[in-house]
Amino acid sequence: MLRAKEYIIEKVLFLCALITILTTIGIILVLSIEAVIFFSEVSIIDFVTDTQWTPLFTKKHFGILPLLSGTMLTTLIAIAVALPIGLSIAIYLNEFSPKGFRKSIKPLLELLAAVPTVVYGFFALMVVTPFLQMIIPGLSGFNALSAGMVMGIMIIPFVTSLSEDALFAVPKSLREASYGMGSTRLQTSFNVTVPAASSGIIVSVILALSRAIGETMIVAIAAGQQPRLTFDPTVPIETITAYIVQVSLGDVQHGTLEYRTIFAAGITLFIFTFILNNISFFIRKKYQQRYE
Amino acid sequence: MEKTAAYRKDVYKIEAIDVNAFYGQFHALKGINLGMEENAVTALIGPSGCGKSTFLRLFNRMNDYIDEFRMKGQIRIDGNKIYNSYIEVEQLRKYVGMVFQKPNPFPKSIFDNVAYGLRIQGIRDKKLISERVEKALKQADLWSEVKDNLKKSALALSGGQQQRVCIARTLAVEPSIILMDEPTSALDPISTARIEDLIFQLKTEYTIVIVTHNMQQAGRLSDKTAFFYMGELIEHGPTKELFTNPKHDRTENYISGRFG
Repeated sequence: MLRAKEYIIEKVLFLCALITILTTIGIILVLSIEAVIFFSEVSIIDFVTDTQWTPLFTKKHFGILPLLSGTMLTTLIAIAVALPIGLSIAIYLNEFSPKGFRKSIKPLLELLAAVPTVVYGFFALMVVTPFLQMIIPGLSGFNALSAGMVMGIMIIPFVTSLSEDALFAVPKSLREASYGMGSTRLQTSFNVTVPAASSGIIVSVILALSRAIGETMIVAIAAGQQPRLTFDPTVPIETITAYIVQVSLGDVQHGTLEYRTIFAAGITLFIFTFILNNISFFIRKKYQQRYE
Repeated sequence: MEKTAAYRKDVYKIEAIDVNAFYGQFHALKGINLGMEENAVTALIGPSGCGKSTFLRLFNRMNDYIDEFRMKGQIRIDGNKIYNSYIEVEQLRKYVGMVFQKPNPFPKSIFDNVAYGLRIQGIRDKKLISERVEKALKQADLWSEVKDNLKKSALALSGGQQQRVCIARTLAVEPSIILMDEPTSALDPISTARIEDLIFQLKTEYTIVIVTHNMQQAGRLSDKTAFFYMGELIEHGPTKELFTNPKHDRTENYISGRFG
């Protein structure tokens, strides 16, 4: 009786694990099949070299570069905001703040990640953009700059949380060695602790990058819907994710070439985040055990 | 803290006057009075938890960062009260270097490890830095082994070599006092012997205070020995005397290996 029960529970647990694997395989399969059909009609060389993306117009171009540049632009702005702020917070919490403060501020910080992204998008469009327009007069209502900045704020907890863990894992003996030679706390954190935690910090940045690349709502709301190959942050652009939203919600007929563009865009996105996640996994595995 | 400032030959190099230390409610050091002479090796011995490491770490104010740590009394170095508010801790620690229990080189090259203390002082002169690094590595008896591999990571060295990098790193800052907290407890006998030889050479130029669990080591190396038990200084005096003719039973029991 007991054995039968054990057997059933074991199989149920196995099924649960199987579901996640099957889902992943399913997603990859659907993406690949639709993308293969798409690439049988559109040359892959055009896809990666054409500088225009106009699948919904009469004169169709299928160059992914404008969407890619839009994604990269907003992501870079986001990281430029999140890395210095997130890392500074991590260093402060770990090296300088009183213990009680660290305990109460960390959950608050993680609350930033719990804000629905649609709220961030709205915030970017209605608050940040008007504010930036006072400083930069030529700024369009939709632009990569404010979307990227708000996205940066959103990913601060990713950078801080993982960097903080990495800094925390640096052995006390290294800090003491540095203090023992007369370094100040600031010198110790910049010359010893941060370099010793660098692999963890890099991992945190990569995961934050991959989160920013996949982020949809903020860019769909605040960055615009105009795919263009530019690195000018003041004009409307379109990211891969925003394009997928646009087509999914629009009146493009299912099964058409126009519709399949979202799978081609989706697989491009998937490849990028997949590579980034693997790099971070590799770094973590390679450097993790150094101090154990 | 210059060597000349308030320096009088007739006082001890390091002097603890009525020192009490607490971790929260725990009374870790109870009314310690002890003087340590210049260019001599003073060994602090006693069973685990007796307060000897806490005592050692008072001399470079290494306990300052521990929450709930409090201390009363005075520590004087060269006659200066080092717990006065006008003392800059960073300056003090350049004058009072420290070598730790486990070799703890930075995850940097051998050269960068030894140059670290100089660079944080703002020294940028490359020629000066490499001269001081070479001198320190020679003093630490490591130069001949690593002179062709200075760019190699210090973590790739053996435990004994790592500890000598740590000693060189401390020497490069040109301290006057070196504190050693069980510097050989993580090392094999051969590496230990080399470090002991090194300490013997260093004492002509430096004042050394060493915490050790190893009675033979204390006997071989030190000029003076102080025995701690349960936060109290039970006995201190010239090493030979303390080992051959201890005044207290506790001391005798400990050094003869009956407890500890």
